[in-house]
Amino acid sequence: MFDFQIVTNWFDELLRGCMPEFWVLTIEFVLVGVILLTLYALIALALIYGERKICAFFQCRLGPNRVGTWGVLQPIADMFKILLKEIISINHIDKVLFYTAPFIVIASSFLAFGALPFGKGMQVLDFNIGIFYILAVSSLGIVGILMAGWASNNKFSMIGAMRSGAQLISYELSAGISLLTVVALAGTMQLCEIVEAQADGWFIFKGHIPAIIAFIIYLIAGHAETNRGPFDLPEAESELTAGYHTEYSGIQFGFFYLSEYLNMFIIAGIATTMFLGGWMPFHISGWDGFNAIMDYIPSVIWFFGKVTLLIFLSLWVRWTFPRLRIDQLLHLEWKYLLPINMVNLVVMAIIVVYGWHF
Amino acid sequence: MSSFTTYFTSLFKGIKSLLTGMKVTIKEFFTPKVTECYPENRHTTLHVPERFRGELIMIHNEQNEHSCSACGLCQMNCPNGTIKIESEIIETEDGKKKKVLKNYFYDLGSCTFCNVCVMNCPQGAIKFENTFENAVFRREILVKKLNHEGSKMKEKKVAEQKPTNTNKE
Repeated sequence: MFDFQIVTNWFDELLRGCMPEFWVLTIEFVLVGVILLTLYALIALALIYGERKICAFFQCRLGPNRVGTWGVLQPIADMFKILLKEIISINHIDKVLFYTAPFIVIASSFLAFGALPFGKGMQVLDFNIGIFYILAVSSLGIVGILMAGWASNNKFSMIGAMRSGAQLISYELSAGISLLTVVALAGTMQLCEIVEAQADGWFIFKGHIPAIIAFIIYLIAGHAETNRGPFDLPEAESELTAGYHTEYSGIQFGFFYLSEYLNMFIIAGIATTMFLGGWMPFHISGWDGFNAIMDYIPSVIWFFGKVTLLIFLSLWVRWTFPRLRIDQLLHLEWKYLLPINMVNLVVMAIIVVYGWHF
Repeated sequence: MSSFTTYFTSLFKGIKSLLTGMKVTIKEFFTPKVTECYPENRHTTLHVPERFRGELIMIHNEQNEHSCSACGLCQMNCPNGTIKIESEIIETEDGKKKKVLKNYFYDLGSCTFCNVCVMNCPQGAIKFENTFENAVFRREILVKKLNHEGSKMKEKKVAEQKPTNTNKE
């Protein structure tokens, strides 16, 4: 399996051969930033197209089919539309908070995005507390949402932001504990080690029942954290027009939109890394021939394939279930997910201590 | 103890109902789509219902004959003044004076498609067609002459049995 580290090391040595370390680092930082930003934008466009197409298919329609073949250029046309729109200035808002809120939302999702391992050796940040870092920065987005709701001077925005706050704080617990279950199994928080540990079987198979329960709970909690699907009450259009981003227009709204789609990708990416082996191919221990064939498929394709599958699952859920009420939402979290999750964590700890996992 | 069992039964019932919902939507995902790709399918799969009222036409047969007697009932009954009939008096071979249709003007732009003209026509000379692509750039074009060029009124039933006579007249 091709290790992308070879390319980066070669490039690093090439630069170090002809310039001082300060410039080497500057060039590398800028390059990584540009590549990640491009990837971020491209993935968002692909997700918007996929979402619109899949949502249409679930509703027995064809979806966008006029701009380009099968409407593939539709998100690009939408992007230009949103870039060209006027940013409407609103009276009686808290200007500083109002204009920084979209940046905080997008920055938090971008920070989490940068730490995902996309393939073998293709990871920008590899902390020894990687998963802890991702959980921390991805929940920073709520600050931006609360700021947007507060600064808009609009009661719909305010209610939307408060709902979003209640929702995120509740579901962050479930997401954190279900990921802790995997950390207990893996014995490490470093993302690259977690992926390496799944070389002879993904954690969802290795940890059997508790891992499967943790996986489902993580999908539910992650879905709730992205403010989508049946959990989209922060922006419930029938009650709150558009919730916390009611007053935003043009590219500011575009930032919220972009980060919402990328959060979906990040949640799917974390679930892939923690439960489905990240970029690791499907291996069955003992079947060497089968494993060798699986290794021929590049690691990037494995990662994006699994992520696409999980995103499809999330869209499937989104277009199936009706929106929850706020009390039902908190009921689900505090009465069902959290107790089950805690018991699950204890069960996983027992299994790991006695070595009952595969 | 009973609350303990209801907790778990409600949990599993909830999961079951969610899975049922997901089964329904995934079936919908694979069913043929109902979207009409309109301009491409106008000659293939496009289906406009038979009774859809697109525009008024006057029925003509193969001999370019209509059955309008220029009585003016449609014009009188039209709530919008959409129909305008121009008639003339001609003298037939046997010396009788007869009113015949000269021009039948129909303004599509002011028609509300109420069907009152068709219901009031004693001859059944006019009807609504389901052709709906009537958009034009100037509203003058919307005023249409419904009787075809050189058409005449259909003869009475005696004459209809001998169609060769009609051309001699």
